[in-house]
Amino acid sequence: MPDDNTPLLSVSGLTVSFRTERGTASAINGVDFTLKRGEVLCLLGESGSGKSVTLRALMRLLPERRSRIGGTVLLNGEDVYTLPERRMERLRGKAISMVFQEPMLALDPVYTIGHQIAETIVRHEGVSFADAERRALDLLERVQIPSAKRRLKAYPHEMSGGMRQRAMIALALSCNPALLLADEPTTALDATVQMQILLLLRQLQAELNMAVIMVTHDMGVAAETADRIAVMYAGRFVELGTARQVLKTPQHPYTAGLMSSTVHGNMRGHALEAIPGAPPDLTALPPGCAYAPRCAYAEAACTAAPPPETWLEPGRMARCVRACAAVPAAV
Amino acid sequence: MFTYILRRILYIVPIALGVTLLVFGLVHIAPGDPLNAVVGPDAPAEVVEQLRRAYGFDQPLPIQYLIYLGHVLTGDLGQSVATGRPVAADLGRALANTLVLSIGAALVGFTSGTLLGALAGWHRGGLVDRFATILTLIGVSVPHYWLGMVLVIVLSVELNLLPAMGMAPGGAAGWGFTGEHLAHAVLPVITMSVIPMGIVARSVRATVADVLHQEFVQALRAKGLGRGPVLRHVVRNVAPTVVSVLGLQFGYLLGGSILIETVFSWPGTGFLLNEAIFKRDIPLLQGTILMLGLFFVLLNLLVDIAQAALDPRMRRS
Repeated sequence: MPDDNTPLLSVSGLTVSFRTERGTASAINGVDFTLKRGEVLCLLGESGSGKSVTLRALMRLLPERRSRIGGTVLLNGEDVYTLPERRMERLRGKAISMVFQEPMLALDPVYTIGHQIAETIVRHEGVSFADAERRALDLLERVQIPSAKRRLKAYPHEMSGGMRQRAMIALALSCNPALLLADEPTTALDATVQMQILLLLRQLQAELNMAVIMVTHDMGVAAETADRIAVMYAGRFVELGTARQVLKTPQHPYTAGLMSSTVHGNMRGHALEAIPGAPPDLTALPPGCAYAPRCAYAEAACTAAPPPETWLEPGRMARCVRACAAVPAAV
Repeated sequence: MFTYILRRILYIVPIALGVTLLVFGLVHIAPGDPLNAVVGPDAPAEVVEQLRRAYGFDQPLPIQYLIYLGHVLTGDLGQSVATGRPVAADLGRALANTLVLSIGAALVGFTSGTLLGALAGWHRGGLVDRFATILTLIGVSVPHYWLGMVLVIVLSVELNLLPAMGMAPGGAAGWGFTGEHLAHAVLPVITMSVIPMGIVARSVRATVADVLHQEFVQALRAKGLGRGPVLRHVVRNVAPTVVSVLGLQFGYLLGGSILIETVFSWPGTGFLLNEAIFKRDIPLLQGTILMLGLFFVLLNLLVDIAQAALDPRMRRS
């Protein structure tokens, strides 16, 4: 058993590329980070920046035939990509589990909620199905589903969106994972329900002292939940720091751009600034900084070679040639 | 679930009545006076008139329909104009014979089609998939009467391995589980199973590929399930669609194939239909179409119930 000082998760040099009809798409181009027990990391970025692919790569869920994966992922000191598949199956759902973006699609439509939760518990803990169903009932109560006993026998289509996501969370937590991956868990929900689910996740995270990697494109979600924030662009971390550092003094123009294009308090009377252009084509990434074509501060050095990681202080990184001189935060 | 089944059963009453109405209308839609087929065009007017009253054609149409419906409900499908025998008895024998062929063709075609389609869908884009695509394309494209004749020429005429005609030696008109009967059934069963095999394989492949593409399959792997348990979930999700395809295909098989039964001289419903059409034997035609129609309605009911049992989303509405 590794002691408490070893990181729960340690990722280095992670790369993922997919073979597509248009050529090789480089989805992840070198991601490094570590995660401590009980820590909440938010991956922030636009669609297609590689956030969801990163999560799936951590669980070794990507289709093996169509994807090429490089680098190492150590979970509790074990290399996820050298484990035999059998061993990996035992980790999925137990040590590391996932909450999906759209619970309607991620739950099996022809089995009851209770069955789907109990199945996971039976799989990992070898208890009887009846015992597992009792545990499932406790879990549904834990995620605050009203009349949980009745919901145990409900099918996914018989529940509301928020209720389904609560059930999905109950399923993910069923075997007390040390690491929970949440892939935009509130994006598909109504605004009022979004906040409830976030609060629930934060409460459960604290109670169970779980590490969480939360993927989101919503600054508010990141501010609400994260200990640390990693901003992703074109499959790289372009900025990393504590939530406070990243949100208060963004170092990368992309982070600043994301913030000025987000609606938040006291903005009445200010025009929203959208980031011009679109994320780059992953099959033909530019040789330099992938953000340079959209960046207002781009200079010759940006397009020559990818900017190196600049560490401003331990745990605080930005991948920008201007990283020493702080970009003014747009508020 | 219970109320769903009850409602589905109630639904078939108007549908079944609609079938009888169509079949009843057949007499009047078909060109020419139905009585001509009985007495011929040269019969004296008073004989025709007498027959018209005897058959009830002098009554208004709604009354005629009610009389017809009454007969049908008591199991009386009338008498064949050509043979004078009761239609119900001839039809019963023919249906039993066609049932032999259709059950045989269903066993062969459905199992091979399902297996082929499942393998192709599971390994989409692979070698098995390409092989299956070619095989099923041939299956649904080759005219089955042509295939039947080729099989007869090769296996019966040239190689003399299997009998080509009838159900048993000596023109027997009934089924029995003897080696002779089974040997006679081989060629028509194979010929008949080719189309359902192709159609079933194609839709199973599409359904399996579609289900595998859904996110919940990844979510099942994410919670630690291995190949076997994931496969079980996939099967449960594929089943409702496959059951409905199988049900429909079995309905088509039950109708018998006029062409196949003619090629192999198999005395089933298709053979009977062929006879009824050529001899303008309206009561026989009506009885056969009515029976096949009702079978189809019944089969659809069974498919609906099976689907609701397999897929909870179907139980609403």
